Amino acid sequence: MDIQNPVKKKSNRLAEIAAGKTFPTETHDVLKSEEPLLEVSGFNLSYGAKQALFDINMIIPKGKVTALVGPSGCGKSTLLRSINRINDLLSTVRINGEMKLNGEPVYAPAVDVIELRKRMGMVFQKPNPFPMSVYENVIYSLRIDGERNKSVLDEVCERSLRGAAIWEETKDRLNESALGMSGGQQQRLCIARAIAAEPEVLLMDEPCSALDPIATNKIEDLIADLRGDYTIVIVTHNMQQAARVSDYTAFMYLGRLIEYGPTSTIFQNPHLQETQDYVTGRFG
Amino acid sequence: MSSRPLEKSVRPRRQRSRVSLFAQGEPMIWLTGGGLAVALCMIIGLLLLIFCNGIATLWPAPVPQFQTSAGSVYMGEVTRAESFRSNDEKVRVLQRKLVRTGNYEISGEHFVWISDHDIKAETRPEWALVIERTAWGRFYGFPEGFTLGGDTVASTPEAAWEMFNKHHRAVSERREKIRELETHEIGRVNRRLETARLNLRTVELRDGKDSPAWQAEHAKFLETEKAVTAKFATLQEEIVRLRAENSRYVLNLKTAQGKAVAMPLSDIVRAYPANQLSFIGKAGIYFSRWHEFLLGEPREANSEGGVFPAIFGTVIMTLLMSLAVVPFGVMAALYLREYAKPGLIVSAVRISINNLAGVPSIVFGVFGLGFFCYFIGASIDELFYASSLPNPTFGKGGILWASLTLALLTLPVVIVATEEALSAVPNSMREGSYACGGSKWQTIKRIVLPRAMPGIMTGMILAMARGAGEVAPLMLVGAVKLAPELPVDSIAPFVHAERSFMHLGFHIYDLGFQSQNSEAAKPMVFTTTLLLIVLIFLLNLLAVRLRSRLRRKFVSAAF
Ligand SMILES: Nc1ncnc2c1ncn2[C@@H]1O[C@H](COP(=O)(O)OP(=O)(O)OP(=O)(O)O)[C@@H](O)[C@H]1O
Ligand SMILES: [Mg+2]
Repeated sequence: MDIQNPVKKKSNRLAEIAAGKTFPTETHDVLKSEEPLLEVSGFNLSYGAKQALFDINMIIPKGKVTALVGPSGCGKSTLLRSINRINDLLSTVRINGEMKLNGEPVYAPAVDVIELRKRMGMVFQKPNPFPMSVYENVIYSLRIDGERNKSVLDEVCERSLRGAAIWEETKDRLNESALGMSGGQQQRLCIARAIAAEPEVLLMDEPCSALDPIATNKIEDLIADLRGDYTIVIVTHNMQQAARVSDYTAFMYLGRLIEYGPTSTIFQNPHLQETQDYVTGRFG
Repeated sequence: MSSRPLEKSVRPRRQRSRVSLFAQGEPMIWLTGGGLAVALCMIIGLLLLIFCNGIATLWPAPVPQFQTSAGSVYMGEVTRAESFRSNDEKVRVLQRKLVRTGNYEISGEHFVWISDHDIKAETRPEWALVIERTAWGRFYGFPEGFTLGGDTVASTPEAAWEMFNKHHRAVSERREKIRELETHEIGRVNRRLETARLNLRTVELRDGKDSPAWQAEHAKFLETEKAVTAKFATLQEEIVRLRAENSRYVLNLKTAQGKAVAMPLSDIVRAYPANQLSFIGKAGIYFSRWHEFLLGEPREANSEGGVFPAIFGTVIMTLLMSLAVVPFGVMAALYLREYAKPGLIVSAVRISINNLAGVPSIVFGVFGLGFFCYFIGASIDELFYASSLPNPTFGKGGILWASLTLALLTLPVVIVATEEALSAVPNSMREGSYACGGSKWQTIKRIVLPRAMPGIMTGMILAMARGAGEVAPLMLVGAVKLAPELPVDSIAPFVHAERSFMHLGFHIYDLGFQSQNSEAAKPMVFTTTLLLIVLIFLLNLLAVRLRSRLRRKFVSAAF
């Protein structure tokens, strides 16, 4: 059963990491040529006494799709939620390190967090529709910005719902409560809500985990459509999905970024044995 | 992996203990169920008692006539019967009846006890009339004749009863007209004079008595006074005319003891031959009494007539209280839950609020009297109503101060319920809103509050239920036995927040403990209590319906 791959550096890194040893991230050189939208350097985060992220160094390339993969509890959501500072809302969170969006610091005291978040859209791991109608849900960010023009709102609503592959199901019930929809519908509604504001960055935390294959396909098509105009960071447990939609893939383990490189390399010929094991499903 | 068969374990399987009776929980079902049953029995018993007593009070009873062995005659409605221990050696336990004989101005008593032992004969006279009067309580007697302007127009019971029915409605209408003139019209005229006087006094306080402004105002005042006096005279004339017309109709009656009584029709509110009534006739009397009870004004020191002012006062006060308590409670809870950093101070505040809910309500009454009436009210009077001092306007009990006092009393309920509702709003919703670029306040306004609304309504319902049933503090801050005017009427500015008011809870207390004719008032206590319960129930029903509509809109979730 053991397939020997002579290219790999042999090591027992994962056990050593669990024992507290640190290794630098294996970042592929291709990434250095990319124009960074987001630069993360020396980023640590802890929930009270429990540290969830350890010394993360990475760049998120502009206009590309970056996938975060790794076993459950390794800190993918935490990293994603640090980007738009949603984690700030928890009083226990301590942050150390730097993050720069377009060269401007994300965590400087002078930063207007609301302004920052307006440039990002987020889809959460669990669907979280608001207690209001489908229509109001989708145009929530526009409402917040004080947009009143009905035709603009209608247009945005339809475009976003089409983009999230849910227009056909909702066009006749736009004024019904969003809470009455199925879990999968709610998740697509949340995707529609996130893209309605046309953010620069789209953060997606397992957007398809509650969806059937057809809807999943449509979301993947949507991501393919958005690539180029938008920068997308997507967390997923589905390796095929990561392979299909992303340009770059980052493998995380126990709060560390282990390997980060172009998706094709990560899936076909990663530098580390551990990455190979994970993406082929041998552990995790 | 391997094809080796699983080795059978040698270790014997651990025997799990048999499930004991207690572990199964059978006895717990009985215990918990029993607790529920006891609680239910108590509540149902309470409601049933009040319902049965309250609903039957207004049903007309027959009027028997008793002849005692001593030779006296009594006629009236049997209120209740009981057994008592007699002094007689031969018969130990006797039955006796409490008979409402009325005719207070003749006999000096409303009720007499008659021992069954003493009754020689009991009859149901065909023409026994029950007469409810505007004063002196009920009258029981026989119609003998009818005089119209001094001429006898009927001299048999039948003819007299016929004449009574023919004229009574018109006489009643005239009586109502007189009352309307006496209370409202004259009140309005008086108010005009009072306003003029206050204007004059205001000018006097401002410019002094020698100023030309005062002279002008004084001239105006004299003019108004003249006009008012003239108006007053015409009103008086009208009243005298109506009275004279009414006094022409007199029903001649004879009591069971044979004493003749001439009763002006204008004294009679309602009369009926109790022993002749069919079921439909009784139902007619019953509903006419309910109608008077619900929509009429009280008479005879509140023990008869209606309770409309009390119903009105209760509803208005409860609504005003909700209007005051909900915004404040919600704001306080919002700060505590959404803005304040959790810590020692917030916990201390929260504990104090919870303890506030346990403070006896009379303490709030005393506080309301001292703070609202004597401090704030007196200050308002000094600033805006100086001309009518030393008569207080706001510096005494009134519906506004009562509502605010009760709002204070129910504030903890609203705060606690709102806090609970706020903490039940899933954090993921808040995060969703922040991720869309919402500010804290936008998130609260658009997501948190709508979602928490049903819970807030629950708090309001609890507050209303507590506030509407509270009596003790009200006695200090504005509830009165008899309010001359309703706190809301058609005279500008329509809502008279400074007026004292009547309240059903206080009315019950007053009926039960302060009434001279307590036997007659007792059944009314139950009827009024029933009414209070129904009223609170209706107010709550309203709020519950509102809440379920909100809940359908904001909370339902499906997966
Ligand atoms: N609010 C929190 N308070 C304390 N610890 C937290 C909190 N959220 C996450 N953690 C911890 O941080 C670590 C990383 O969590 P995170 O949610 O980022 O994992 P994940 O990679 O997204 O996992 P999954 O794939 O299961 O979603 C976990 O060990 C978790 O226990
Ligand atoms: Mg996660």
